[in-house]
Amino acid sequence: MTPSLAFDQVVKIFGATRALDNLSFELQAGEVIGLLGHNGAGKTTCMKLALGLNRPTSGSVRVMGSDPAGRHSDALRQQLGFLPENVSFYQQLTGREALRYFARLKQASLNQVDQLLDEVGLMHAANRRIKTYSKGMRQRVGLAQARLGRPRLLLLDEPTAGLDPQATREFYSMLDGLRAEGVSILISSHVLPGIERHIDRAIILGQGRLLAQGSIESLRAEASLPMTIRARGDVAQLQDRELLERLGYSLCRVNAQHVEIQGLASNKIDAIRYLVNAPGIEDIELVQPSLEHLYAYFTHAVIQQEVD
Amino acid sequence: MHATLTVAVKEYRDGLRNRWVLAATLLLAFFAVGLTYFGAAASGTVGVTSLATTIVSLASLAIFIIPLIALMLAYNTLVGEEEQGTLLLLLTYPLTRGQLLLGKFIGHAGILSTATVIGFGVAALLVAFETGDWGDVLLWQAYGFFILSSILLGCVFLALAQLISALSRESSFAAGVALVVWFWFVLIFDLLLLGLLVMSEGREGGWLSYLLLLNPTDIFRLANLAGFEAARTYTGLVHIAVGPWFQPGALLAVLLAWVLVPLLLAQWRFRSRTL
Repeated sequence: MTPSLAFDQVVKIFGATRALDNLSFELQAGEVIGLLGHNGAGKTTCMKLALGLNRPTSGSVRVMGSDPAGRHSDALRQQLGFLPENVSFYQQLTGREALRYFARLKQASLNQVDQLLDEVGLMHAANRRIKTYSKGMRQRVGLAQARLGRPRLLLLDEPTAGLDPQATREFYSMLDGLRAEGVSILISSHVLPGIERHIDRAIILGQGRLLAQGSIESLRAEASLPMTIRARGDVAQLQDRELLERLGYSLCRVNAQHVEIQGLASNKIDAIRYLVNAPGIEDIELVQPSLEHLYAYFTHAVIQQEVD
Repeated sequence: MHATLTVAVKEYRDGLRNRWVLAATLLLAFFAVGLTYFGAAASGTVGVTSLATTIVSLASLAIFIIPLIALMLAYNTLVGEEEQGTLLLLLTYPLTRGQLLLGKFIGHAGILSTATVIGFGVAALLVAFETGDWGDVLLWQAYGFFILSSILLGCVFLALAQLISALSRESSFAAGVALVVWFWFVLIFDLLLLGLLVMSEGREGGWLSYLLLLNPTDIFRLANLAGFEAARTYTGLVHIAVGPWFQPGALLAVLLAWVLVPLLLAQWRFRSRTL
Protein backbone atom coordinates (compact mmCIF):
# COMPACT_ATOMS: atom_id res chain seq x y z
CA MET A 1 0.00 0.00 0.00
CA THR A 2 1.28 3.49 -0.85
CA PRO A 3 2.25 5.43 2.24
CA SER A 4 0.25 8.59 2.89
CA LEU A 5 3.45 10.56 3.11
CA ALA A 6 7.00 9.54 2.29
CA PHE A 7 10.23 11.49 2.70
CA ASP A 8 13.20 9.92 1.00
CA GLN A 9 16.65 11.36 1.77
CA VAL A 10 15.26 14.86 1.77
CA VAL A 11 17.67 17.77 1.99
CA LYS A 12 16.41 21.34 2.13
CA ILE A 13 18.86 24.20 2.13
CA PHE A 14 17.86 27.83 2.72
CA GLY A 15 20.83 30.05 1.98
CA ALA A 16 23.56 28.82 4.27
CA THR A 17 21.41 26.73 6.61
CA ARG A 18 20.58 23.10 6.13
CA ALA A 19 16.99 23.13 7.31
CA LEU A 20 16.63 19.42 6.62
CA ASP A 21 19.52 17.05 6.33
CA ASN A 22 18.93 13.69 4.70
CA LEU A 23 15.57 13.03 6.29
CA SER A 24 13.71 9.83 5.48
CA PHE A 25 10.49 8.57 7.00
CA GLU A 26 7.12 7.20 5.99
CA LEU A 27 3.67 7.85 7.31
CA GLN A 28 1.52 4.81 6.65
CA ALA A 29 -2.22 5.03 6.05
CA GLY A 30 -4.06 5.33 9.34
CA GLU A 31 -0.93 6.08 11.31
CA VAL A 32 -0.38 9.01 13.66
CA ILE A 33 3.15 10.33 13.83
CA GLY A 34 4.47 12.96 16.19
CA LEU A 35 7.16 15.12 14.68
CA LEU A 36 9.09 16.36 17.67
CA GLY A 37 11.86 18.87 18.01
CA HIS A 38 12.91 22.27 19.25
CA ASN A 39 11.85 25.37 17.44
CA GLY A 40 13.99 25.48 14.34
CA ALA A 41 14.57 21.75 14.23
CA GLY A 42 12.94 21.54 10.82
CA LYS A 43 9.34 20.63 11.66
CA THR A 44 7.67 23.45 9.76
CA THR A 45 10.03 22.91 6.83
CA CYS A 46 8.81 19.30 6.72
CA MET A 47 5.22 20.49 6.66
CA LYS A 48 5.86 22.97 3.86
CA LEU A 49 7.59 20.33 1.77
CA ALA A 50 4.73 17.90 2.32
CA LEU A 51 2.30 20.62 1.29
CA GLY A 52 4.20 21.39 -1.87
CA LEU A 53 4.85 24.99 -0.79
CA ASN A 54 8.57 24.34 -1.13
CA ARG A 55 10.54 21.85 -3.12
CA PRO A 56 13.33 19.81 -1.58
CA THR A 57 16.88 20.72 -2.57
CA SER A 58 17.46 17.02 -3.12
CA GLY A 59 15.64 13.82 -2.30
CA SER A 60 11.96 13.25 -2.85
CA VAL A 61 8.71 13.97 -1.05
CA ARG A 62 5.64 11.95 -1.98
CA VAL A 63 2.09 12.49 -0.81
CA MET A 64 -0.06 9.45 -1.57
CA GLY A 65 2.47 8.52 -4.17
CA SER A 66 2.60 11.85 -6.05
CA ASP A 67 4.71 14.97 -5.98
CA PRO A 68 2.91 17.61 -3.83
CA ALA A 69 4.52 20.40 -5.87
CA GLY A 70 3.81 18.69 -9.18
CA ARG A 71 1.29 19.33 -11.88
CA HIS A 72 -1.60 17.50 -10.25
CA SER A 73 -1.11 19.16 -6.90
CA ASP A 74 -4.60 20.69 -6.93
CA ALA A 75 -6.28 17.30 -6.83
CA LEU A 76 -3.83 16.22 -4.17
CA ARG A 77 -4.51 19.29 -2.07
CA GLN A 78 -8.19 18.45 -1.86
CA GLN A 79 -7.19 15.22 -0.18
CA LEU A 80 -5.12 16.72 2.57
CA GLY A 81 -5.86 19.05 5.42
CA PHE A 82 -3.44 21.46 7.02
CA LEU A 83 -3.51 23.45 10.21
CA PRO A 84 -0.72 26.04 10.23
CA GLU A 85 1.05 27.31 13.27
CA ASN A 86 -0.20 30.63 14.65
CA VAL A 87 -3.16 31.17 12.44
CA SER A 88 -5.68 33.70 13.67
CA PHE A 89 -8.08 33.39 10.69
CA TYR A 90 -10.37 36.18 9.60
CA GLN A 91 -11.21 38.10 12.74
CA GLN A 92 -14.19 39.83 11.17
CA LEU A 93 -15.88 36.66 9.98
CA THR A 94 -17.96 34.31 12.10
CA GLY A 95 -16.74 30.75 12.51
CA ARG A 96 -19.36 29.57 10.07
CA GLU A 97 -18.56 32.20 7.45
CA ALA A 98 -14.86 31.46 7.60
CA LEU A 99 -15.49 27.75 7.14
CA ARG A 100 -17.88 28.37 4.27
CA TYR A 101 -15.18 30.40 2.53
CA PHE A 102 -12.64 27.64 2.98
CA ALA A 103 -15.18 25.02 1.89
CA ARG A 104 -15.83 26.90 -1.35
CA LEU A 105 -12.13 27.18 -2.04
CA LYS A 106 -11.62 23.50 -1.39
CA GLN A 107 -14.75 22.67 -3.37
CA ALA A 108 -16.11 20.73 -0.44
CA SER A 109 -19.85 20.47 0.14
CA LEU A 110 -21.17 23.37 2.21
CA ASN A 111 -23.16 20.85 4.25
CA GLN A 112 -19.89 19.79 5.79
CA VAL A 113 -19.50 23.17 7.44
CA ASP A 114 -22.20 22.62 10.03
CA GLN A 115 -21.28 18.97 10.47
CA LEU A 116 -17.70 19.91 11.22
CA LEU A 117 -18.66 22.79 13.49
CA ASP A 118 -20.69 20.26 15.41
CA GLU A 119 -17.88 17.71 15.47
CA VAL A 120 -15.39 20.15 16.94
CA GLY A 121 -17.96 21.47 19.40
CA LEU A 122 -18.27 24.98 18.03
CA MET A 123 -21.92 24.94 17.04
CA HIS A 124 -22.84 27.26 19.90
CA ALA A 125 -20.36 29.88 18.67
CA ALA A 126 -20.89 29.42 14.93
CA ASN A 127 -22.43 32.85 14.48
CA ARG A 128 -19.95 34.73 16.61
CA ARG A 129 -17.01 36.55 15.11
CA ILE A 130 -13.71 34.72 15.35
CA LYS A 131 -12.33 37.84 17.02
CA THR A 132 -14.22 36.80 20.16
CA TYR A 133 -12.93 33.21 20.16
CA SER A 134 -10.42 31.82 22.63
CA LYS A 135 -7.18 30.29 21.39
CA GLY A 136 -8.63 26.83 21.91
CA MET A 137 -11.71 27.68 19.88
CA ARG A 138 -9.54 29.02 17.07
CA GLN A 139 -7.62 25.77 16.95
CA ARG A 140 -10.97 24.00 16.66
CA VAL A 141 -11.87 26.21 13.70
CA GLY A 142 -8.46 25.25 12.34
CA LEU A 143 -9.13 21.55 12.76
CA ALA A 144 -12.58 21.86 11.22
CA GLN A 145 -11.01 23.74 8.32
CA ALA A 146 -8.40 21.02 7.85
CA ARG A 147 -11.17 18.41 7.83
CA LEU A 148 -13.12 20.02 5.00
CA GLY A 149 -13.44 17.56 2.16
CA ARG A 150 -12.79 14.73 4.64
CA PRO A 151 -9.13 14.30 3.71
CA ARG A 152 -7.33 11.08 4.60
CA LEU A 153 -4.16 12.94 5.54
CA LEU A 154 -3.87 15.73 8.09
CA LEU A 155 -0.79 17.85 8.71
CA LEU A 156 -1.01 19.71 11.99
CA ASP A 157 1.75 22.19 12.78
CA GLU A 158 2.07 22.85 16.51
CA PRO A 159 -1.66 22.52 17.10
CA THR A 160 -1.40 22.64 20.88
CA ALA A 161 1.13 25.46 21.25
CA GLY A 162 -0.37 28.08 23.51
CA LEU A 163 -3.34 25.97 24.53
CA ASP A 164 -4.13 25.42 28.18
CA PRO A 165 -4.02 21.81 29.45
CA GLN A 166 -7.77 21.41 29.24
CA ALA A 167 -7.93 22.65 25.64
CA THR A 168 -4.91 20.47 24.79
CA ARG A 169 -6.66 17.38 26.17
CA GLU A 170 -9.80 18.19 24.22
CA PHE A 171 -7.80 18.70 21.07
CA TYR A 172 -6.07 15.36 21.45
CA SER A 173 -9.33 13.58 22.15
CA MET A 174 -10.64 14.93 18.84
CA LEU A 175 -7.52 13.57 17.18
CA ASP A 176 -8.18 10.17 18.76
CA GLY A 177 -11.58 10.19 17.08
CA LEU A 178 -9.95 10.84 13.70
CA ARG A 179 -7.35 8.20 14.36
CA ALA A 180 -10.14 5.71 15.00
CA GLU A 181 -11.59 6.65 11.60
CA GLY A 182 -8.29 5.73 9.99
CA VAL A 183 -7.08 9.22 9.09
CA SER A 184 -3.30 9.53 8.77
CA ILE A 185 -1.97 12.38 10.85
CA LEU A 186 1.40 14.08 11.03
CA ILE A 187 1.46 16.30 14.09
CA SER A 188 4.41 18.47 14.95
CA SER A 189 5.01 19.64 18.46
CA HIS A 190 7.54 20.96 20.88
CA VAL A 191 5.02 20.60 23.69
CA LEU A 192 5.62 17.02 24.74
CA PRO A 193 3.47 16.34 27.81
CA GLY A 194 0.28 14.63 26.83
CA ILE A 195 1.15 13.73 23.27
CA GLU A 196 2.60 10.25 23.78
CA ARG A 197 -0.65 8.39 24.24
CA HIS A 198 -2.04 9.86 21.04
CA ILE A 199 0.67 8.94 18.59
CA ASP A 200 1.76 5.63 17.11
CA ARG A 201 5.29 6.71 16.43
CA ALA A 202 7.54 9.62 17.21
CA ILE A 203 10.10 11.20 14.94
CA ILE A 204 12.65 13.25 16.81
CA LEU A 205 14.35 15.98 14.80
CA GLY A 206 17.29 18.10 15.79
CA GLN A 207 18.93 20.67 13.53
CA GLY A 208 17.21 19.18 10.53
CA ARG A 209 18.41 15.67 11.18
CA LEU A 210 16.51 12.60 12.21
CA LEU A 211 17.71 11.77 15.72
CA ALA A 212 15.44 8.83 16.36
CA GLN A 213 12.17 7.36 15.21
CA GLY A 214 9.91 4.62 16.42
CA SER A 215 7.13 3.80 18.83
CA ILE A 216 7.52 5.06 22.36
CA GLU A 217 8.33 1.47 23.47
CA SER A 218 11.05 1.00 20.90
CA LEU A 219 12.51 4.42 21.67
CA ARG A 220 12.57 3.45 25.33
CA ALA A 221 14.35 0.23 24.50
CA GLU A 222 16.83 2.08 22.29
CA ALA A 223 17.55 4.72 24.89
CA SER A 224 17.56 2.14 27.71
CA LEU A 225 16.93 4.86 30.19
CA PRO A 226 16.77 3.68 33.79
CA MET A 227 13.44 2.53 35.06
CA THR A 228 12.11 3.90 38.32
CA ILE A 229 9.98 1.80 40.63
CA ARG A 230 8.35 3.35 43.65
CA ALA A 231 7.25 1.21 46.53
CA ARG A 232 5.24 2.09 49.58
CA GLY A 233 5.16 0.22 52.86
CA ASP A 234 7.38 -0.68 55.74
CA VAL A 235 10.63 -0.08 53.89
CA ALA A 236 12.82 -0.93 56.86
CA GLN A 237 12.00 -4.62 56.38
CA LEU A 238 13.63 -4.83 52.92
CA GLN A 239 16.16 -7.66 52.96
CA ASP A 240 18.84 -8.97 50.62
CA ARG A 241 19.72 -5.72 48.92
CA GLU A 242 22.66 -7.31 47.13
CA LEU A 243 20.15 -9.06 44.87
CA LEU A 244 18.86 -5.66 43.76
CA GLU A 245 22.35 -4.50 43.01
CA ARG A 246 23.03 -7.61 40.99
CA LEU A 247 19.92 -6.78 38.95
CA GLY A 248 21.44 -3.41 38.28
CA TYR A 249 19.15 -1.46 40.54
CA SER A 250 20.19 1.06 43.09
CA LEU A 251 18.14 1.96 46.06
CA CYS A 252 17.35 5.46 47.09
CA ARG A 253 15.20 5.64 50.15
CA VAL A 254 12.85 8.55 50.12
CA ASN A 255 11.56 8.19 53.68
CA ALA A 256 10.38 5.55 56.10
CA GLN A 257 7.28 4.72 54.07
CA HIS A 258 8.51 5.21 50.50
CA VAL A 259 11.41 3.84 48.55
CA GLU A 260 12.51 4.32 44.96
CA ILE A 261 14.72 1.94 43.06
CA GLN A 262 16.27 2.83 39.73
CA GLY A 263 17.84 0.51 37.24
CA LEU A 264 17.79 -1.31 33.94
CA ALA A 265 14.41 -1.53 32.28
CA SER A 266 15.34 -4.99 31.00
CA ASN A 267 15.40 -6.38 34.53
CA LYS A 268 12.27 -4.71 35.73
CA ILE A 269 10.29 -7.95 36.13
CA ASP A 270 12.91 -9.35 38.49
CA ALA A 271 13.02 -6.11 40.40
CA ILE A 272 9.25 -6.07 40.72
CA ARG A 273 9.28 -9.72 41.83
CA TYR A 274 11.79 -8.81 44.51
CA LEU A 275 9.57 -6.02 45.79
CA VAL A 276 6.40 -8.11 45.60
CA ASN A 277 8.01 -10.85 47.66
CA ALA A 278 9.45 -8.43 50.17
CA PRO A 279 7.43 -8.30 53.41
CA GLY A 280 5.80 -5.04 54.35
CA ILE A 281 5.49 -3.62 50.82
CA GLU A 282 1.90 -2.45 50.21
CA ASP A 283 1.99 -0.77 46.82
CA ILE A 284 4.21 -0.63 43.73
CA GLU A 285 4.25 2.04 41.06
CA LEU A 286 6.22 1.92 37.82
CA VAL A 287 7.54 5.18 36.45
CA GLN A 288 8.40 4.76 32.78
CA PRO A 289 10.77 7.22 31.17
CA SER A 290 8.41 9.73 29.57
CA LEU A 291 8.62 11.10 26.09
CA GLU A 292 10.25 14.17 27.56
CA HIS A 293 13.02 12.04 29.03
CA LEU A 294 13.47 10.24 25.73
CA TYR A 295 13.49 13.48 23.84
CA ALA A 296 16.06 14.97 26.18
CA TYR A 297 18.11 11.79 25.86
CA PHE A 298 18.10 11.72 22.05
CA THR A 299 18.71 15.41 21.54
CA HIS A 300 21.45 15.37 24.16
CA ALA A 301 23.05 12.21 22.80
CA VAL A 302 23.50 13.77 19.39
CA ILE A 303 24.91 17.00 20.73
CA GLN A 304 27.30 14.89 22.80
CA GLN A 305 28.46 13.04 19.69
CA GLU A 306 29.16 16.33 17.99
CA VAL A 307 31.24 17.52 20.91
CA ASP A 308 33.23 14.30 20.73
CA MET B 1 -11.95 30.53 -12.32
CA HIS B 2 -14.09 29.19 -9.50
CA ALA B 3 -11.38 29.88 -6.94
CA THR B 4 -10.73 33.39 -8.26
CA LEU B 5 -14.41 34.20 -8.01
CA THR B 6 -14.67 32.80 -4.50
CA VAL B 7 -11.83 35.05 -3.37
CA ALA B 8 -13.34 38.05 -5.18
CA VAL B 9 -16.75 37.53 -3.60
CA LYS B 10 -15.23 37.22 -0.13
CA GLU B 11 -13.18 40.35 -0.65
CA TYR B 12 -16.24 42.28 -1.81
CA ARG B 13 -18.33 41.09 1.12
CA ASP B 14 -15.53 42.03 3.49
CA GLY B 15 -15.72 45.49 1.95
CA LEU B 16 -19.45 45.66 2.59
CA ARG B 17 -19.06 44.33 6.11
CA ASN B 18 -16.27 46.59 7.31
CA ARG B 19 -18.13 49.56 5.78
CA TRP B 20 -15.44 50.24 3.19
CA VAL B 21 -18.03 50.38 0.43
CA LEU B 22 -20.26 52.62 2.49
CA ALA B 23 -17.49 54.97 3.56
CA ALA B 24 -16.03 55.32 0.07
CA THR B 25 -19.47 55.85 -1.49
CA LEU B 26 -20.44 58.50 1.04
CA LEU B 27 -17.11 60.25 0.70
CA LEU B 28 -17.34 60.39 -3.09
CA ALA B 29 -21.01 61.42 -3.02
CA PHE B 30 -20.33 64.09 -0.41
CA PHE B 31 -17.52 65.68 -2.40
CA ALA B 32 -19.29 65.23 -5.69
CA VAL B 33 -22.46 66.93 -4.48
CA GLY B 34 -20.41 69.63 -2.81
CA LEU B 35 -18.43 70.32 -5.95
CA THR B 36 -21.56 70.30 -8.04
CA TYR B 37 -22.82 73.22 -5.99
CA PHE B 38 -19.58 75.08 -5.61
CA GLY B 39 -17.67 73.94 -8.63
CA ALA B 40 -18.51 77.11 -10.50
CA ALA B 41 -17.54 79.38 -7.61
CA ALA B 42 -14.37 80.31 -9.45
CA SER B 43 -16.44 81.91 -12.17
CA GLY B 44 -18.39 83.88 -9.59
CA THR B 45 -21.54 81.84 -9.22
CA VAL B 46 -22.64 79.38 -6.58
CA GLY B 47 -25.16 76.69 -7.28
CA VAL B 48 -25.75 73.86 -9.64
CA THR B 49 -24.48 74.82 -13.06
CA SER B 50 -24.10 72.19 -15.70
CA LEU B 51 -22.98 68.67 -16.08
CA ALA B 52 -19.97 69.79 -18.10
CA THR B 53 -18.68 72.03 -15.31
CA THR B 54 -19.42 69.26 -12.85
CA ILE B 55 -17.31 66.79 -14.77
CA VAL B 56 -14.39 69.19 -14.91
CA SER B 57 -14.42 69.84 -11.18
CA LEU B 58 -15.12 66.21 -10.32
CA ALA B 59 -12.16 65.09 -12.40
CA SER B 60 -9.83 67.23 -10.28
CA LEU B 61 -11.35 65.74 -7.17
CA ALA B 62 -11.15 62.19 -8.45
CA ILE B 63 -7.42 62.57 -9.08
CA PHE B 64 -6.83 63.17 -5.40
CA ILE B 65 -9.29 60.91 -3.75
CA ILE B 66 -9.66 57.81 -5.89
CA PRO B 67 -5.97 56.84 -5.83
CA LEU B 68 -6.00 57.28 -2.07
CA ILE B 69 -9.04 55.06 -1.60
CA ALA B 70 -7.60 52.42 -3.92
CA LEU B 71 -4.20 52.35 -2.21
CA MET B 72 -5.74 52.11 1.24
CA LEU B 73 -8.08 49.38 0.09
CA ALA B 74 -5.40 47.11 -1.33
CA TYR B 75 -1.99 47.77 0.22
CA ASN B 76 -2.69 45.05 2.78
CA THR B 77 -3.72 42.43 0.20
CA LEU B 78 -0.85 40.05 0.86
CA VAL B 79 0.98 41.29 3.93
CA GLY B 80 -2.28 41.39 5.86
CA GLU B 81 -3.07 37.76 5.06
CA GLU B 82 0.50 36.82 5.80
CA GLU B 83 0.43 38.48 9.20
CA GLN B 84 -2.72 36.67 10.27
CA GLY B 85 -1.34 33.35 9.06
CA THR B 86 -4.00 32.76 6.43
CA LEU B 87 -1.75 33.29 3.42
CA LEU B 88 0.18 30.10 4.12
CA LEU B 89 -3.09 28.27 4.64
CA LEU B 90 -4.71 29.59 1.46
CA LEU B 91 -1.73 28.47 -0.58
CA THR B 92 -2.26 24.90 0.60
CA TYR B 93 -5.72 25.02 -0.93
CA PRO B 94 -6.42 24.14 -4.54
CA LEU B 95 -5.76 27.76 -5.48
CA THR B 96 -2.79 29.21 -7.34
CA ARG B 97 -1.03 32.35 -6.25
CA GLY B 98 -2.16 34.03 -9.44
CA GLN B 99 -5.79 33.18 -8.75
CA LEU B 100 -5.52 34.55 -5.24
CA LEU B 101 -4.14 37.89 -6.41
CA LEU B 102 -6.57 38.17 -9.29
CA GLY B 103 -9.51 37.34 -7.03
CA LYS B 104 -8.48 40.02 -4.58
CA PHE B 105 -8.06 42.53 -7.38
CA ILE B 106 -11.51 41.78 -8.78
CA GLY B 107 -13.08 42.07 -5.33
CA HIS B 108 -11.40 45.40 -4.66
CA ALA B 109 -12.29 46.67 -8.11
CA GLY B 110 -15.89 45.74 -7.34
CA ILE B 111 -15.83 47.75 -4.13
CA LEU B 112 -14.33 50.74 -5.91
CA SER B 113 -16.74 50.52 -8.83
CA THR B 114 -19.73 50.43 -6.52
CA ALA B 115 -18.53 53.50 -4.67
CA THR B 116 -17.68 55.39 -7.86
CA VAL B 117 -20.88 54.61 -9.75
CA ILE B 118 -23.13 55.45 -6.80
CA GLY B 119 -21.08 58.33 -5.42
CA PHE B 120 -20.60 60.14 -8.73
CA GLY B 121 -23.91 58.97 -10.13
CA VAL B 122 -25.73 60.79 -7.36
CA ALA B 123 -24.07 64.04 -8.37
CA ALA B 124 -25.10 63.64 -11.99
CA LEU B 125 -28.69 62.94 -11.04
CA LEU B 126 -28.66 65.94 -8.75
CA VAL B 127 -27.53 68.23 -11.54
CA ALA B 128 -30.16 66.85 -13.85
CA PHE B 129 -32.92 67.31 -11.29
CA GLU B 130 -31.90 70.76 -10.19
CA THR B 131 -31.47 72.21 -13.64
CA GLY B 132 -34.37 70.27 -15.09
CA ASP B 133 -32.05 69.85 -18.00
CA TRP B 134 -31.54 66.21 -18.70
CA GLY B 135 -28.97 67.24 -21.19
CA ASP B 136 -28.09 65.58 -24.40
CA VAL B 137 -26.81 62.14 -25.08
CA LEU B 138 -23.30 63.41 -25.65
CA LEU B 139 -23.08 64.91 -22.21
CA TRP B 140 -24.26 61.72 -20.59
CA GLN B 141 -21.77 59.83 -22.66
CA ALA B 142 -19.10 62.13 -21.34
CA TYR B 143 -20.26 61.47 -17.81
CA GLY B 144 -20.30 57.74 -18.45
CA PHE B 145 -16.78 58.05 -19.79
CA PHE B 146 -15.81 59.99 -16.71
CA ILE B 147 -17.13 57.28 -14.37
CA LEU B 148 -15.54 54.53 -16.43
CA SER B 149 -12.17 56.27 -16.48
CA SER B 150 -12.45 56.98 -12.74
CA ILE B 151 -12.88 53.25 -12.15
CA LEU B 152 -9.92 52.59 -14.39
CA LEU B 153 -7.87 55.14 -12.49
CA GLY B 154 -8.84 53.35 -9.28
CA CYS B 155 -7.82 50.02 -10.79
CA VAL B 156 -4.38 51.44 -11.65
CA PHE B 157 -3.81 52.24 -7.99
CA LEU B 158 -5.32 48.95 -6.83
CA ALA B 159 -2.79 47.21 -9.06
CA LEU B 160 0.03 49.40 -7.73
CA ALA B 161 -1.09 48.64 -4.17
CA GLN B 162 -1.04 44.95 -4.94
CA LEU B 163 2.48 45.28 -6.25
CA ILE B 164 3.47 47.16 -3.09
CA SER B 165 1.93 44.40 -1.01
CA ALA B 166 3.79 41.74 -2.96
CA LEU B 167 7.07 43.57 -2.38
CA SER B 168 6.55 44.20 1.34
CA ARG B 169 7.13 42.00 4.34
CA GLU B 170 5.23 44.10 6.84
CA SER B 171 1.96 45.93 6.54
CA SER B 172 3.34 49.11 8.13
CA PHE B 173 6.02 49.22 5.42
CA ALA B 174 3.43 48.65 2.72
CA ALA B 175 1.30 51.48 4.12
CA GLY B 176 4.27 53.83 4.05
CA VAL B 177 5.18 52.96 0.48
CA ALA B 178 1.54 53.37 -0.57
CA LEU B 179 1.54 56.88 0.83
CA VAL B 180 4.76 57.76 -0.97
CA VAL B 181 3.31 56.45 -4.23
CA TRP B 182 0.26 58.63 -3.72
CA PHE B 183 2.34 61.74 -3.08
CA TRP B 184 4.52 61.00 -6.07
CA PHE B 185 1.76 60.61 -8.62
CA VAL B 186 -0.72 63.13 -7.26
CA LEU B 187 1.54 65.96 -6.13
CA ILE B 188 5.23 65.66 -6.86
CA PHE B 189 5.20 64.40 -10.43
CA ASP B 190 3.27 67.36 -11.79
CA LEU B 191 5.43 69.81 -9.90
CA LEU B 192 8.56 68.30 -11.41
CA LEU B 193 7.02 68.39 -14.84
CA LEU B 194 6.05 71.99 -14.38
CA GLY B 195 9.59 72.76 -13.30
CA LEU B 196 10.96 71.11 -16.43
CA LEU B 197 8.56 73.02 -18.58
CA VAL B 198 9.58 76.35 -17.07
CA MET B 199 13.27 75.52 -17.30
CA SER B 200 13.00 74.57 -20.97
CA GLU B 201 11.21 77.88 -21.59
CA GLY B 202 8.86 76.14 -23.96
CA ARG B 203 11.66 74.98 -26.24
CA GLU B 204 11.47 71.31 -25.31
CA GLY B 205 10.04 70.31 -28.65
CA GLY B 206 7.01 68.33 -27.50
CA TRP B 207 8.63 65.38 -25.80
CA LEU B 208 7.67 66.74 -22.41
CA SER B 209 4.01 66.12 -23.05
CA TYR B 210 4.71 62.43 -23.48
CA LEU B 211 6.05 62.36 -19.95
CA LEU B 212 2.46 62.92 -18.90
CA LEU B 213 1.78 59.34 -19.95
CA LEU B 214 4.07 58.22 -17.15
CA ASN B 215 1.53 59.41 -14.63
CA PRO B 216 -1.85 57.67 -14.57
CA THR B 217 -3.50 60.64 -12.89
CA ASP B 218 -2.39 62.90 -15.74
CA ILE B 219 -3.67 60.40 -18.27
CA PHE B 220 -7.00 60.45 -16.49
CA ARG B 221 -7.05 64.24 -16.45
CA LEU B 222 -6.18 64.44 -20.13
CA ALA B 223 -8.80 61.90 -21.10
CA ASN B 224 -11.56 63.71 -19.27
CA LEU B 225 -10.71 67.33 -19.80
CA ALA B 226 -9.63 67.22 -23.41
CA GLY B 227 -13.16 67.19 -24.72
CA PHE B 228 -14.51 70.14 -22.78
CA GLU B 229 -14.43 73.76 -23.69
CA ALA B 230 -14.86 74.68 -20.04
CA ALA B 231 -11.75 72.74 -19.23
CA ARG B 232 -9.52 74.89 -21.39
CA THR B 233 -9.60 77.63 -18.82
CA TYR B 234 -8.47 75.35 -16.02
CA THR B 235 -5.92 73.33 -17.82
CA GLY B 236 -2.32 73.92 -17.13
CA LEU B 237 -0.19 71.00 -18.08
CA VAL B 238 -2.95 69.44 -20.04
CA HIS B 239 -2.71 72.25 -22.55
CA ILE B 240 0.61 71.10 -23.88
CA ALA B 241 -0.62 67.65 -24.79
CA VAL B 242 -1.79 67.43 -28.36
CA GLY B 243 -1.43 64.65 -30.86
CA PRO B 244 -2.70 61.17 -31.63
CA TRP B 245 -1.71 59.77 -28.23
CA PHE B 246 -3.92 62.23 -26.49
CA GLN B 247 -7.26 61.10 -27.88
CA PRO B 248 -9.61 59.73 -25.18
CA GLY B 249 -9.63 56.20 -26.62
CA ALA B 250 -5.85 55.96 -26.77
CA LEU B 251 -5.54 57.45 -23.29
CA LEU B 252 -7.94 54.86 -21.93
CA ALA B 253 -5.78 52.16 -23.50
CA VAL B 254 -2.68 53.61 -21.85
CA LEU B 255 -4.54 53.66 -18.55
CA LEU B 256 -5.41 50.01 -19.08
CA ALA B 257 -1.73 49.25 -19.60
CA TRP B 258 -1.11 51.02 -16.30
CA VAL B 259 -3.45 48.48 -14.70
CA LEU B 260 -2.00 45.41 -16.37
CA VAL B 261 1.70 46.06 -15.92
CA PRO B 262 1.70 46.41 -12.09
CA LEU B 263 -0.72 43.47 -11.84
CA LEU B 264 1.62 41.26 -13.84
CA LEU B 265 4.62 42.48 -11.87
CA ALA B 266 2.79 41.70 -8.62
CA GLN B 267 1.99 38.21 -9.88
CA TRP B 268 5.60 37.67 -10.85
CA ARG B 269 6.93 38.93 -7.50
CA PHE B 270 4.43 36.90 -5.54
CA ARG B 271 5.24 33.72 -7.45
CA SER B 272 8.90 33.94 -6.58
CA ARG B 273 8.22 34.76 -2.94
CA THR B 274 9.13 32.11 -0.42
CA LEU B 275 6.86 31.69 2.53
